[in-house]
Amino acid sequence: VSGDGDGQSRWCLSQVKGAVDDDVAEADIISAVEFNHSGELLATGDRGGRIVIFQQEQESKNIPQCRAEYNVYSTFQSHEPEFDYLKSLEIEEKINKIRWLPQKNAAHFLLSTNDKTIKLWKISERDKRPEGYNLKEEDGRYRHPSSLTTLRVPVFQPMNLMVEASPRRVYANAHTYHINSISVNSDNETYLSADDLRINLWHLDFTDRSFNIVDIKPSNMEELTEVITASEFHPLQCNTFVYGSSKGTVRLCDMRASALCDQHSKLFEEPEDPSTRSFFSEIISSISDVKFSHSGRYMMTRDYLTLKIWDLHMESQPVETYQVHGFLRSKLCSLYENDCIFDKFECCWKGDDSEVMTGSYNNFFRMFNRDAQRDLTLEASWENCSPGYPLKTWRVCAGSRRKRNEIGVDCLDFSRKILYTSWHPQDNVVALATVNNLYIFQEKLNPEF
Amino acid sequence: MAGADSDDSLYPIAVLIDELRNEDVQLRLNSIKKLSTIALALGVERTRTELLPFLTDTIYDEDEVLLALAEQLGNFTMLVGGPEYVHCLLPPLESLATVEETVVRDKAVESLRKISHEHSPVDLEVHFEPLVKRLASGDWFTSRTSACGLFSVCYPRVSSTVKAEIRQHFRTLCSDDTPMVRRAAASKLGEFAKVLELEYVKSDIISLFTALASDEQDSVRLLAVEAGVSIATLLPQEDLEALVMPTLRQAAEDKSWRVRYMVADKFSDLQKAVGPEITKNDLVPAFQNLLKDCEAEVRAAAANKVKEFCENLPEDSRETIIMTHILPCVKELVSDTNQHVKSALASVIMGLSTILGKDNTIEHLLPLFLAQLKDECPEVRLNIISNLDCVNEVIGIRQLSQSLLPAIVELAEDAKWRVRLAIIEYMPLLAGQLGVEFFDEKLNSLCMAWLVDHVYAIREAATCNLMKLVEKFGAEWAQNTIVPKVLGMANDPNYLHRMTTLFCINALSEACGQEITTKHMLPVVLKMSNDQVANVRFNVAKSLQKIGPVLDSNCLQTEVKPVLEKLASDLDIDVKYFAQEAISVLALA
Repeated sequence: VSGDGDGQSRWCLSQVKGAVDDDVAEADIISAVEFNHSGELLATGDRGGRIVIFQQEQESKNIPQCRAEYNVYSTFQSHEPEFDYLKSLEIEEKINKIRWLPQKNAAHFLLSTNDKTIKLWKISERDKRPEGYNLKEEDGRYRHPSSLTTLRVPVFQPMNLMVEASPRRVYANAHTYHINSISVNSDNETYLSADDLRINLWHLDFTDRSFNIVDIKPSNMEELTEVITASEFHPLQCNTFVYGSSKGTVRLCDMRASALCDQHSKLFEEPEDPSTRSFFSEIISSISDVKFSHSGRYMMTRDYLTLKIWDLHMESQPVETYQVHGFLRSKLCSLYENDCIFDKFECCWKGDDSEVMTGSYNNFFRMFNRDAQRDLTLEASWENCSPGYPLKTWRVCAGSRRKRNEIGVDCLDFSRKILYTSWHPQDNVVALATVNNLYIFQEKLNPEF
Repeated sequence: MAGADSDDSLYPIAVLIDELRNEDVQLRLNSIKKLSTIALALGVERTRTELLPFLTDTIYDEDEVLLALAEQLGNFTMLVGGPEYVHCLLPPLESLATVEETVVRDKAVESLRKISHEHSPVDLEVHFEPLVKRLASGDWFTSRTSACGLFSVCYPRVSSTVKAEIRQHFRTLCSDDTPMVRRAAASKLGEFAKVLELEYVKSDIISLFTALASDEQDSVRLLAVEAGVSIATLLPQEDLEALVMPTLRQAAEDKSWRVRYMVADKFSDLQKAVGPEITKNDLVPAFQNLLKDCEAEVRAAAANKVKEFCENLPEDSRETIIMTHILPCVKELVSDTNQHVKSALASVIMGLSTILGKDNTIEHLLPLFLAQLKDECPEVRLNIISNLDCVNEVIGIRQLSQSLLPAIVELAEDAKWRVRLAIIEYMPLLAGQLGVEFFDEKLNSLCMAWLVDHVYAIREAATCNLMKLVEKFGAEWAQNTIVPKVLGMANDPNYLHRMTTLFCINALSEACGQEITTKHMLPVVLKMSNDQVANVRFNVAKSLQKIGPVLDSNCLQTEVKPVLEKLASDLDIDVKYFAQEAISVLALA
């Protein structure tokens, strides 16, 4: 993390997307943010079931100061609200997760999911269209058949670029509970989907069958003590995946060992510190996100207060633990009362795995440098920063006397939270969602400060 | 007013061409399926210069349209002017070979393979081979996967320099960055090996096979197993041990169950490919391990192969190997924890009796059959029962009847109707093997009970079963045993059972013959025409239509006709309809 001691970072606001309005429609609240594998495209999903894809400006790609100029490329409705008549349940259209597939041809593909149904979308460009009919004019007026003297074969002519999103597959009816994760396998042909109690494995080409690879549903639901909260495939080993649980543990499974991975091969769990044990211990230890590093050597987990980095070779304790907002430990009771304690924060790795990022409250987000063991608290706020200018770094303190860059715990706004974050796979560009706004920040390459 | 030079015959073609770009997918699909008509009307020249360029650009369409297009182009050679111009078909097929949809790509490759044979050797090198190279070095993996399927068709017909290039391209694809391409290469490795000269099989293919078989992705490794089988068939016996066996042994013990599953699944082919000596020394222990695998999927796949494997063992040592090595594993599988494993075994285990002969069957296999007949899982029991004929030939079914009967009775009363349905289907077979006495004594009542099952599918199957039994045991047996019971149901208070009587009569009349039909069945049918339920009455009409051909004309005129006429003036519209239909079919009007 780059920054000086003087309250300024090298991170600058690049763009804010979405209306800057106090009156936010429920449907506009962003619920997923994801860069594709090249970083050229950035997708967001919202509670209204829409997906908006932004494309990095081609011209600006090579100008370092404007790398992070993204403009709308395609917008489409991924999911519609539905009603399950058998169970009398409404199925929300909210997009829970978006995952890009590795690019296979000129088109781009992504998986999107709501609580029940996963869809595969193709986003493709078209710059030619056929022209020339035999029996009508191009504007649709019919020609009299008697004027037909020779056959005309249509010819493709250039036209303005058009971006189309088309649904290619719908993977439905495989989840009884709410889907929390989807993850594409490194074999490029399968992916997993996880709900509260089960994980299914799909082949991308087949929508009529999936294989159950984890099932933690007890035969008697009264005995239920743990649910699956997040799951991901290893980025390189096609046989390895992990899933995190509401009890704060992460299990690593090897699909080579057996068809049903009920037996984990590794269990990552940190022994609980008896001195901090409280009524909230289990709630705050619940894993809200788990992400492998790009190298495949490490894994990061996010729980309510901390970010932990685990070496896959060491199950007993994390190699690094970062306090995201440790000062909230004293406020857990009120966070429980306003339900904030159940917020599910995501986390992400920088392209070279040297830094990690996650969100917090008051539109703050946190970055941790793993080598220098330094951290930053930055704010995503269009009021408090202007494009191109460095962001100031914040400190949250308990006392009442404040310096310029300090804010008291009691002044934090818990309704403004950053749950969804994504880091450009190569560049120092990050995207994150506040309520209905998408913020894109970039790090200045040659520091002037 | 028609123009002087307009041509009416163009109109339908013009419609077809315009519909190539209709908004409605179905219309586009129809047009694409009639592409040959369009091409014929345009003539070879315009097909080459106008239609094919249009089709080359049309890859934005729906998958089903592209699939149909890819298929059509494989049969287009004559429409572009014959083999001389066949290379004109390459551009559209090349663009189809790069789309993301696997079925479309595969179909495009299939068509490319087809038309490759229509290329002259010169055209193959000038047009076809460059296309293969372009695909093989394409940016996207979709084109590279398609290339994998094309090497083997052009290799035998090109010069040795081009051959060397092709081998090089194949090598490159085998170590491609993306697993999709390595998988495609692995799945085509066996086929490519077949067209290569033996020296290159030994020098090139073996090293590629070894590399793919130890790929980091299990999805690649498992495809290498199949390639290994093909390669083994190509090599002389003395080279097998050194060149392929180490890799195949490793695959049989792979850490990933999916790879071991593949080995189990291909075991019979493998056995044939490596010959008797290696089978004895290597495959027998490997097969034992697969039968004892820790993963149920692998055990089930291996269990499925037990009979085939034993059958193909070298004759001189077959019995010893089975008795000492295979049978102990099979015994364990009979009490496996997984029902799929048990049911896979049950579907083949009976076949062992013909291989082992009477004494061994009675001593060793019979206890296993009996245990499986008592298995808790109905599928296991059904699989045993469905293969009874193999045992019958060797030891006769009587040996089994003690255990068979309770098993059959239990299945016949299973709570799941699909299980009941399955056992009904074996009844005629069982009846044939057990004989009429045994049947009357033990099974007849079951067959009658199914007639009043509460599931229609069971009642229907039971009706059909009766017909097959009559075909086996004859009309006299029918008259004595089943006809009275069937006719008795005509007075049942439940109208569904009364209808079953009619359905049985429909099925039985032909097998029972004119006498029984006229004397016993017809009076009952006619009487039922007064039934108070309309469904019964119109089924009477249908039954009369059905059994009419069995009756003589006098009987039709005097007995059937009046009843049908009465039904034809029934108050119920359906009864009327079917009565009138019967009258006209039987020509009684």
